[in-house]
This record gives sequence, structure tokens and C-alpha cells, in this order.
Amino acid sequence: MEKRTADVIIIGGGIMGCSTAYRLAKEGVDVLVLEQKEIGNGGSCRNAGGVRQSARNPKELQLAMYAVANVWPTLSDELEVNTEYHQKGNLRLGLTESDIKVLENHTAKSTKVGLDVKMISGDEAREICPYMSKEVIAASWCPTDGHANPLKTTLGFYRKALQYGATFITGVKVLGLKKVKGRCTTVVTDDGEYVGNNVLLCAGYYSRAIANTVGIDAPVERQFNEVVVTEACPEMFDVMIGVAGGEFYGHQSEHGSFVLGGNSGLQAFTSNNDKFVTNSLTAPTISRGIIKYFPALKDVKIIRTWSGHYDQCIDVLPIIDNIPEVPGLTVAFGFSGHGFGIAPAVSIALKELIMEGESSTIDISQLSYDRFKAKG
Amino acid sequence: MSKIVRTQKKEPFVPQPDDDMIICRCEEITKGEIRKAVYDGMTTMNEVKRWLRSGMGLCQGQTCQRLVQNIIARELNESPAEVGMIQGRAPVRPVEILTFSNNKTDVKEDE
Repeated sequence: MEKRTADVIIIGGGIMGCSTAYRLAKEGVDVLVLEQKEIGNGGSCRNAGGVRQSARNPKELQLAMYAVANVWPTLSDELEVNTEYHQKGNLRLGLTESDIKVLENHTAKSTKVGLDVKMISGDEAREICPYMSKEVIAASWCPTDGHANPLKTTLGFYRKALQYGATFITGVKVLGLKKVKGRCTTVVTDDGEYVGNNVLLCAGYYSRAIANTVGIDAPVERQFNEVVVTEACPEMFDVMIGVAGGEFYGHQSEHGSFVLGGNSGLQAFTSNNDKFVTNSLTAPTISRGIIKYFPALKDVKIIRTWSGHYDQCIDVLPIIDNIPEVPGLTVAFGFSGHGFGIAPAVSIALKELIMEGESSTIDISQLSYDRFKAKG
Repeated sequence: MSKIVRTQKKEPFVPQPDDDMIICRCEEITKGEIRKAVYDGMTTMNEVKRWLRSGMGLCQGQTCQRLVQNIIARELNESPAEVGMIQGRAPVRPVEILTFSNNKTDVKEDE
């Protein structure tokens, strides 16, 4: 078996791997990305495209605010592809008094760390988005949120990384990591060993099993979610929509189709989770949610459904860290379904973690790998 | 999925005379756009689809899939079987949100 080497070996060709490969290759670092399937085949191309700061945990909010302020506005120019980034705000809708409590709670936490988000009435929400049901009685409104096209963005990072000289190898399955003289330098695959000075593990849910091979574990499980996509419609709204009750979330794309995600509530206990199949119960559940909030969409046709899984972390926050017990290993996983919007900032932190040993631009100290404690 | 090593191509992109021929009719994607996508590093049906929207329109690739597959195969100098197919998606035909929601009981029957 051949042995390939590079300065940095990245495991996982999703948006975290592609964007970090791009940033490292741009600095002249020799980068090799290993991907089991296709580029962006996991959550990177299987999400509703939210670029959202509101309703985020303050511990990861810095990443979202940095991305929105400094990276997203110019990303299309930087990558020379239309990422379809629209910064027209995020409405999170409430139908009941208990919904309002949920929204108020999120809003209070976010404003405390400096995010411009506020509660508005149902009528004010309908002024922003006129097609909304009268049953919506309140909403949280974050005008600096938005959405983008995850497919174009992920593959755009990939193409730019290639142009800067990164190498990608797909169709290779990583079996584990190996320490040599105390340093994590070797990636064992079904295609032989790959050797680097640093290894970045960002393979979503699959990261956990790979980290386990060098004695590192994190409470991350997969959780299925599905999305329905409609036929193209005339422009009806340009905001990102979420709902306090969690029935669905999504937006209308530049193309005109609505991309709306959700779950059946039974997703943690369905079978066949190794395949990205769609469940017969989910599209109807999402559809009922849509009609409740946007009755005007009832005759719009769904043309496809698809599924993907979150790499759900126990505290719904990612793990972005260097691992001191395994020198040379950097990890980024457990994004819990909201990694896409922050990815352009996460890759800045990862580049610094790898090249300088710490993230100086963005504070990620609360996302450490050793924050999980058993009770008692 | 077989192993593919991907690097930036050294030689420039060479246009062909029929590059402006439309291949994906729903999304109006041309042969040249598909060839350029492969040149830019998109090496599978799904990647080309995600990059260009070919096969993401109303017919879901039922019309153009074989053509796209053949163009990619020719650019990569591989057999079409090697390139594979795009992922099939339910529903096979477009269905209204109201019908999907199970709230509609007056389903029209063929007369």
C-alpha cells in the first residue's frame, strides 16, 4: 500500500473540511482532504441554509456574529461563486403564550451578549412577511440574520481549495488514527496509511468513532431530519423562518423554491439510519406545520424530499479544540444541526488552532472537548 | 464509491462548438456548464447537480439524467456506469402541500 504525506491531513470533505482546506492552502500549507463519499455529502449539503445568530447558545454566538459581520457579506466575491447569501432577517414565530416565553428567553440571552434581536407583535411580523397566518401572535426578529445556498457554498470552498493547491481524495474510508512517538501523525484508511504533521478531524457524526481509536470520546449521536423542497414560486418572502414550536424552518431560495426542514418527532427511533432515506411520516408532518403558519402555500407542490443527520452533541454545541492528550490532533464536530452558517468562521478558528496552536480571532474557549462531566 | 484523487487541472479549459446546447431543460443548464463543472472538480452526478442544479427542476432529472451522466463520463474518460446516477427522491411526481398534509379528503379520482 502506498503512503501519502501532507502537512495537514483533514478527515471529512464537508464544509468544515473544505473551508479549512481553503484557508490553509491559501497560506501555502500542503493540505490533503480525505472523504469517504462525495464532497459535502453529509450535513453540509443537507441543511436548510440558515445563516442565523438568533436563538443560538451564547457560547457559540461569537462564531455566528463574526461570520455574519466579517465573512458572509463578501464570501461570494471571495469564492467567485454566487453563494445566494441574503441578509434579510430571521423571524421566529409563536402561536401560543408558551411559545412567547421560549422566544423571550432566547431573545434575552442573545441581547445580553450584544445581538440585535427583539420581540415583535404578530402584526409587525406580518408587515415583514405578509403571507403569514393571523394565528401568529408574536415573533422574535433579528434583522441581521439571513440564509444562503449550502450546496454552492460548500462546493465553492472545495473549488477554491483545489485552486490554491489542496488535494482531495474521495472514496477512501478512514478506519482510525495512530500516534507515532506520541504525536497523532498517521491516518489509517482502507487505502493504506496517510501521514501528516497535523490531523484535523471534522467528519460529522463519524468523527466520534475515529476519535475513539486514540482514546478520545465525546457525547455525540446522530439525529435525523428531513427537508421538503417545493416547485419554484414567485418571490413571496426573503426572510429566514423558524418557529418556536419547532414544526419547521427554512426559507425561499433565490431559485424560487421553498426549502423547509423539520422532523416527525419519531426520528430518534426510526430504523435504517445508515441510509439517507426519507420517512413517510415526515413530509406530512412538515406540511401540516407549513399550513398552520403559511396557509397561502397549501397549493404549492413539493417536488422532492431528502434527509440528513445532525451530529447532535449532548449540549447542542460543537466541539472545536486541539486535543492535548493527542498532540497534533484538532477536532471540529458535534455541530448539532446549525454548523453551516458558522462554518466560514469556524474555519478561521481551525486554521489558527492548527497553525498557531490557539484561536486568537474568535473566542472558542467554551467549546472545548473536555467540558463533559458525568453527574454526581 | 471508488477512489478519486482530485487536484486542480493544469491545462486550461477547452470550449467545444456545441457547449451552448441545453441539456437540463427544467433548469436550462448547458453542456458547456456541465463540462466546466467537471473541469472545476465536480466529479460525480450529485456534485454536478449540487453545483449547477441540473436534475433539480420539476422533472427531477428524469429527462436529462442519462445525458448529464454521459457528458461527465466523457470528460473524465470513464464509463457512465462508473459515474453513477443522482439520488432518487420522493415524491415521483409533484404533490401539493395540502395533499401531503393529509388534511385534504376530497382526493380527485379519475373519471
